[in-house]
Amino acid sequence: MAENSTVVAAGRPADERLQKQSGLRKLLSRPELGAIAGTVLVFLFFGATAHGTGMFAADGIMNWITVTAQLTIIATGAALLMVGGEFDLSVGSMIGFAGMMIAIPTVYFGWPVWASVVFAFCGALLIGFLNGLIVVRTRLPSFIVTLASLYILRGMTIALSILFANRTIVSGVKNFAGDSIVVPLFSGKAFQGLFVWMANAGIIGKLPNGQPSVQGIPAVVIWAFVIALIGHIVLTRTRFGNWIFGAGGDANAARNVGVPVARVKITLFMVTAFCATVYATCQVMEFGSAAADRGVLKEFEAIIAAVIGGCLLTGGYGSVVGAFFGALIFGVVQMGILFTGAPNDWFQVFLGLMLLTAVLFNSYIRRRATGER
Amino acid sequence: MGTQLKKLLTAAVAAVPLLVGLGAVTAHADGEHFVFVSHAPDTDSWWNVIKNALKNAAADTKTTVDYRNPPTGDIADMARIIQQAAATNPDGIITTIADFDVLQSAIKDAIAKGIPVITVNSGTAEQSKQLGALMHIGQPEYDAGKGAGERAKAAGVTDFVCVNHYITNAASVERCQGYADGLGVPLGDHMVDSGQDPTGVYNKVKAYLTAHPGTNGILTLGPNAADPTIKLLRDTGETSKYNFITFDLSSDISQGIKDGIVESAIDQQPYLQGYLPVVLLTEYKRYGVLPANNINTGPGFVTKANIEMVEKLAGEYR
Repeated sequence: MAENSTVVAAGRPADERLQKQSGLRKLLSRPELGAIAGTVLVFLFFGATAHGTGMFAADGIMNWITVTAQLTIIATGAALLMVGGEFDLSVGSMIGFAGMMIAIPTVYFGWPVWASVVFAFCGALLIGFLNGLIVVRTRLPSFIVTLASLYILRGMTIALSILFANRTIVSGVKNFAGDSIVVPLFSGKAFQGLFVWMANAGIIGKLPNGQPSVQGIPAVVIWAFVIALIGHIVLTRTRFGNWIFGAGGDANAARNVGVPVARVKITLFMVTAFCATVYATCQVMEFGSAAADRGVLKEFEAIIAAVIGGCLLTGGYGSVVGAFFGALIFGVVQMGILFTGAPNDWFQVFLGLMLLTAVLFNSYIRRRATGER
Repeated sequence: MGTQLKKLLTAAVAAVPLLVGLGAVTAHADGEHFVFVSHAPDTDSWWNVIKNALKNAAADTKTTVDYRNPPTGDIADMARIIQQAAATNPDGIITTIADFDVLQSAIKDAIAKGIPVITVNSGTAEQSKQLGALMHIGQPEYDAGKGAGERAKAAGVTDFVCVNHYITNAASVERCQGYADGLGVPLGDHMVDSGQDPTGVYNKVKAYLTAHPGTNGILTLGPNAADPTIKLLRDTGETSKYNFITFDLSSDISQGIKDGIVESAIDQQPYLQGYLPVVLLTEYKRYGVLPANNINTGPGFVTKANIEMVEKLAGEYR
């Protein structure tokens, strides 16, 4: 509850809820401020080191925007859950499992692809529900419970795909999908006319065959935008959003004022599973296949994005906007290092250093802004 | 706290010029710029030979070659790396076709942009042609597995285990399937998903062999599976019980062949898969010349007869 402590320090306790804050002060105490500053730093860095490499040409931009969008989808779920005081380490495994729940029924059971997608979402929500129920009922740390889910889901992905398909990559989903509405919904490209116009107007490059260098905005970007927007509105503008802050800040106090903490937490676990399934569906529809190793380590990327974005590991503080900027930092750094042509063997070292720099800068700015010691 | 943070920040900022310096060295060298994209996770030691080949080829042709790979081996991430490579407008891209479905749009987009692409290693000549790549340089996986299976059958193998350390790659299952077909035994549950960790491989193979005492043939798909298996056979003293064939080479495998533990190693000669595409792309870019055929770099079998020469070079050129 860092947001409140600054207010308490500044004003008299009696009328703390009524105290007026200046607009600037309000802005500075937003959790996402540090992440925005970090984003500026990262863009300045790559603007200096990667200009002229194609990173800021249309197809280069679309490359890191797509990576950012994928991460934003799962980071939104992770951020909401972290504000609610819990972790979900099974997000990465959920991506692999959900992909298989779509691909195997479509290719091997002859289901129409929309039915497989609905099945995958239902299955994922059920698993999210179970994760949440176990955490709430046993009061074990969600870290441990979802770590178990991480292994169980990854193992089931491998075992079931071998059982039904005798392989761990199930390809050819697109051949079975035909012209189902699901394909453009999750892997189409939006605003194609706009990009053709931009290419003709010389704003973006053209391919030798006359097509624009970027054909449209991938569906995964639209999904990321919609999910982040809904997540932001729910967290900041609704009663349920307040419940999330309450459940994560002090679960007992929240319970005492009538917040259904258990229900909130279970719902949030279902949200992270839902987000992972959106990620998986976009991936399966784009690439036409599901594989048992999809999404490995993505749970950490989601949590890192949320933390860069100002979510506290202890819960009760954070924002979806921050998680989006965290995802942007991670996506830009991840792809940007490749654009600079840095040697591959050092890639993860640079990635780690850049993230550390971004997080340190972020927390430094936030401390300065909130006057926290 | 404030000063400590400042110190840390200073240290982090100090690291930035280092990054800039390294970036400048590789990105702005003279000559053509090629990108090699592999599907291998960081932990796969087999790719060192290819990295060596790329380094030598770059030096010999006076070009720059960047090696790229998805750190966890996730092929969907690899597709993004190919898109990223295409966005930098290199003079050529060399990539594996680890999963045709996943990579096809990224590779086709690069080709549509006018970037010459040569495919190597995983994938088939047909897939390469379908993508519109210039050529494919590699070893047909199924045929190599089948060759090994026929070889094992001639040696009297009736029951086998295929130790698969990268089961998520479709090509790996092809190798096991080829071996099973060559042997005339259904693949069934003869394939072990061993993972990459040496201790894990060791124990999983040990468990399988204990549970299936009738096994008399072993196929491993590379050093990551073979090295721990060789150690296991040394530990249990069962050095001549199995007809042991492996894909690829390492110094442990060479020693195994010399000691008679490993019957033969299927050599796809990876050095050629790294060296040739760089040379060919350079010649294509400079003079517009290109061989009309695909190139099969394997299978060649390394046995006790020719191990002497191979052994000296294992892990670096072989």
